[in-house]
Amino acid sequence: MRARKNRELPLHLMLLPGVVLVLLFSYGPMLGIVMAFQEFVPTKGIFGSSLSGWDNFLYVMELPGTFRVLFNTVYIAVMKIIAGIVVPVTVALLLNELRRSWLRRGVQTLIYLPHFMSWIILGGILIDILSPSHGIVGRFLGLFGIEPIFFLGDNGWFPYVLVISNEWKEFGFSSIVYLAALTGINPSLYEAAVVDGAGRWKQTRHITLPGILPIIILLSTLSLGQILNAGFDQVFNLYSPQVYESGDILDTLVYRIGLVDAQYGVAAAIGLFKSVISFFFIVISYWMAYRLANYRIF
Amino acid sequence: MLQNNTTGYRIFSVINQVLMIGLSLLCVLPVLHTLAISFSSSSAAAAGYVTLWPVEFTWKSYEFVIAKPEFLRAMCVTVLRVLLGVAINMLLTIIIAYPLSKEARVFRWRTVYVWFFVFTILFHGGLIPTYIVVKNLGLIDTIWALVLPGAVPVFNVILLLNFFRTLPKELEEAAAIDGAGHGTILWRLYVPLSLPALATVTLFTIVGHWNSWFDGLIYMNRPEHYPLQSYLQTVVIQNDLALLSSTDLELLQTISDRTTKAAQIFLAALPVLLVYPFLQRYFVKGIVVGSVKE
Repeated sequence: MRARKNRELPLHLMLLPGVVLVLLFSYGPMLGIVMAFQEFVPTKGIFGSSLSGWDNFLYVMELPGTFRVLFNTVYIAVMKIIAGIVVPVTVALLLNELRRSWLRRGVQTLIYLPHFMSWIILGGILIDILSPSHGIVGRFLGLFGIEPIFFLGDNGWFPYVLVISNEWKEFGFSSIVYLAALTGINPSLYEAAVVDGAGRWKQTRHITLPGILPIIILLSTLSLGQILNAGFDQVFNLYSPQVYESGDILDTLVYRIGLVDAQYGVAAAIGLFKSVISFFFIVISYWMAYRLANYRIF
Repeated sequence: MLQNNTTGYRIFSVINQVLMIGLSLLCVLPVLHTLAISFSSSSAAAAGYVTLWPVEFTWKSYEFVIAKPEFLRAMCVTVLRVLLGVAINMLLTIIIAYPLSKEARVFRWRTVYVWFFVFTILFHGGLIPTYIVVKNLGLIDTIWALVLPGAVPVFNVILLLNFFRTLPKELEEAAAIDGAGHGTILWRLYVPLSLPALATVTLFTIVGHWNSWFDGLIYMNRPEHYPLQSYLQTVVIQNDLALLSSTDLELLQTISDRTTKAAQIFLAALPVLLVYPFLQRYFVKGIVVGSVKE
């Protein structure tokens, strides 16, 4: 027994620094959630500020834009989730049909690239190319006689710009997992299908698609946990007051109310709302992933 | 694969190849366009003559950007952040993943620790409480505010612990019989055998630290402490002219805002563009090993 204890002690010691840091920076802020129920005054701190019950939540409910923001968040997130499944699966299937391996590798290298650039860089590029006065997209549309469109300043266009540009950044990288699943399909299935006279399309429908279906189901259920994450980095770097109506999301609202207007209590209340709802969705999505695809994270 | 020589499939093949090439161009052309603008003269850029090739080639924008003390200072902060952050992240990832990769019968507390770490993925305190914690710890305006709050990357820990578990148990048992302790097994056995997985995680960590901007923006009160991406955020995205000195403003009239922005965007993307091709083949393998399980 003693020998066993001694063998376990180094393991505890290895975990110690990580435990301390996580306690400070992950569990510490969870205690700070009290702020959502306080009339928080920074100089008084969490222990000195007076409790205000549900006041902050009631205040948020009465703000005119709250439900609009909640709608934007879910609307943009859902569109991104759907595009984030359909496009990468299609691209993986099409890439799989490329016979020339140098071409395939070349295409893969290039489409993964945007994933590795920050939304600052991509935002800077997008702002420039989408600009109605000098952007190259506007000039291109001009060739077809289309008037310049102010994509980033128009409430009708803005959510779609978000979804499309996000897909532009991520579709290549997301396709990796599907490509991996494709290489795992047993080749003898195709041979058998060919003997039975199945053409390319039938092979795709009856072997390839069912072959990657488990991973499609898995990633779809896991993405459910992201239903309130419409993409802070992207929205923050592309939006402007003109498009708050269609582009303001919970995270950007928390930033403005909390760090710009310094209404810490109110912002913490919105943040808590988001954390709690997200928690349920993530737990449900992991549970479904376990039931449907036998997925476990560790 | 087999029997692909029907006319229909050939037509599909051609269309498919064109489509795939088109998609990959779509991913790089905007970057090349920005590069072309950065090397063009301000008048050509303003007149909209530039597409994919510089017009009236000039280094002026780069000279201007590189001579700017703010840009260099921000670059230094970022380099420091990447070095420090990657070292801390990787060390912690390895020493946390190792105990958690043990089976519960070897390490009885394993499950408790696993849930302790995994719970932080499921539930967050949120932006404001986290900010208050960092502030109360006195980290505002120090490099530690950029490095410590994210010091334990739980997703990478999971990726690596899953990889550790695929290593053959016999190796470890043999080493233990020869008298090796946990330290020796981890550093002499596990780490050398996990280089592909570690390379992947390191690449993601480097890129993550290089690309971070929001923490710089909120935890640094003084713009001279901004890392590069936070600095760019204020200059390129917010268009914050307050950060420019008056001599800058005079110079800007001669070289144009648009070409300098393009130059800064490209300089900030350059390191990623340089490392990426070499590590690309590693990460594809690494992700597959870490995420797709039997």
